[in-house]
Amino acid sequence: MTPADAEALRLRALQAVEGVCDPEIPVLTIADLGVLRDVAIRDGRVEVTITPTYSGCPAMNMIQFEIEMALDRAGIGGGRVRTVLSPAWTTDWMTEDGRRKLREYGIAPPVPGSGRRALFGVDVVACPRCGSERTEVVAEFGSTSCKALWRCLECREPFDYFKCH
Amino acid sequence: MATTSIQVNETPLVLYLLRRADDALILGHRLSEWIGLGPILEEEMALGNIGLDLIGQARSLYAYAAEAEAAGNDEDTFAYLRDAPQYRNLLLAEQPNGDFGQTMVRQLFYSAFADLYWRAMTGSHDTTLAAVAAKSEKESAYHLRHSSEWVIRLGDGTEESHARVQESVDLLWPYTGEMFECDAAERTLADGRTVIDPATLRNAWDGTIGAVLSRATLTLPQNGWMQSGGRTVRHSEHLGHLLSTMQHVQRTYPGAAW
Repeated sequence: MTPADAEALRLRALQAVEGVCDPEIPVLTIADLGVLRDVAIRDGRVEVTITPTYSGCPAMNMIQFEIEMALDRAGIGGGRVRTVLSPAWTTDWMTEDGRRKLREYGIAPPVPGSGRRALFGVDVVACPRCGSERTEVVAEFGSTSCKALWRCLECREPFDYFKCH
Repeated sequence: MATTSIQVNETPLVLYLLRRADDALILGHRLSEWIGLGPILEEEMALGNIGLDLIGQARSLYAYAAEAEAAGNDEDTFAYLRDAPQYRNLLLAEQPNGDFGQTMVRQLFYSAFADLYWRAMTGSHDTTLAAVAAKSEKESAYHLRHSSEWVIRLGDGTEESHARVQESVDLLWPYTGEMFECDAAERTLADGRTVIDPATLRNAWDGTIGAVLSRATLTLPQNGWMQSGGRTVRHSEHLGHLLSTMQHVQRTYPGAAW
């Protein structure tokens, strides 16, 4: 395989996989999330590298399957998906576009700069519907490991918050 | 036809990894026992999520152990095909859930340790362990926060909640010493900066626990004799029952997947 052929294949593979969506939050792609780390050609085969979000995230199996399907649909055979743990995924890797899509979907995006949360510390989270910062946490653990349940004291609507991690 | 247990070649690294993975799996399993029985919906979610985080940590550690042992085992054979005299978890993890307050006290004791431990382990010279630590540390911080808030609420609550949670604190206290043990095999790993000596975390842990119990108006137990043995496969009567539930399906239908 010539370097030019390899690069062409890599770009085709990248285009196929960067649109794979998070199964739980279908407006976000794995590129938006920062879960997709690399698409490379090794020994003539496509190798896609991903990093898991939360330790026990059950969506990762599905994401891996979706990546393999996406490569298949693009007519790329023999591709493989590799999971790396290091460097550890952080919400800081979420793109601005990703944050905007979350907000539009009704989920408050993670507050950037995920430092360690102090015991009993509080984030200031803006309501994704009305934008008010007069919000409060209802439950630290939501329907998925990555989300918490908040409510807006201004417009009175509850909303999910994608936790800093 | 039930499947017999595997044998594991426990090099120092494999032994270390199985200990930490078993802690997370057994405690995660205990939390899963609350599913369908949570006192309120938000706690149903919380207990499930905390358990899921722990099981995820266990999976990463078992996967690394499988790689390190290189004997054809994987996360499933480690989890489902070892019997109680092969499990290396802390005795604290296998203690029964008791009431909700007791579950929160157990979680507080464990998470206060895990938070410190994984934070220190982010400096491990082993890049895989450092990466597992980086994830686990953030998750443990949430677990600590959640369990602290409940222990405070219950301790500084009604006469009944206070009495019950004080009883849980006194009951589980003798299981806390084991978290800080470090035997010869782990010491060699600690000398090589692969792992840390958990004894170095004792003061910080005491500080965290002291602050939470004080705010909860609970009495800190006197440090007396501490239970030990989980690390050297001498378990309480509870582990066998736990594993028989957890492993029943795999041992009855070997290799079943869904």
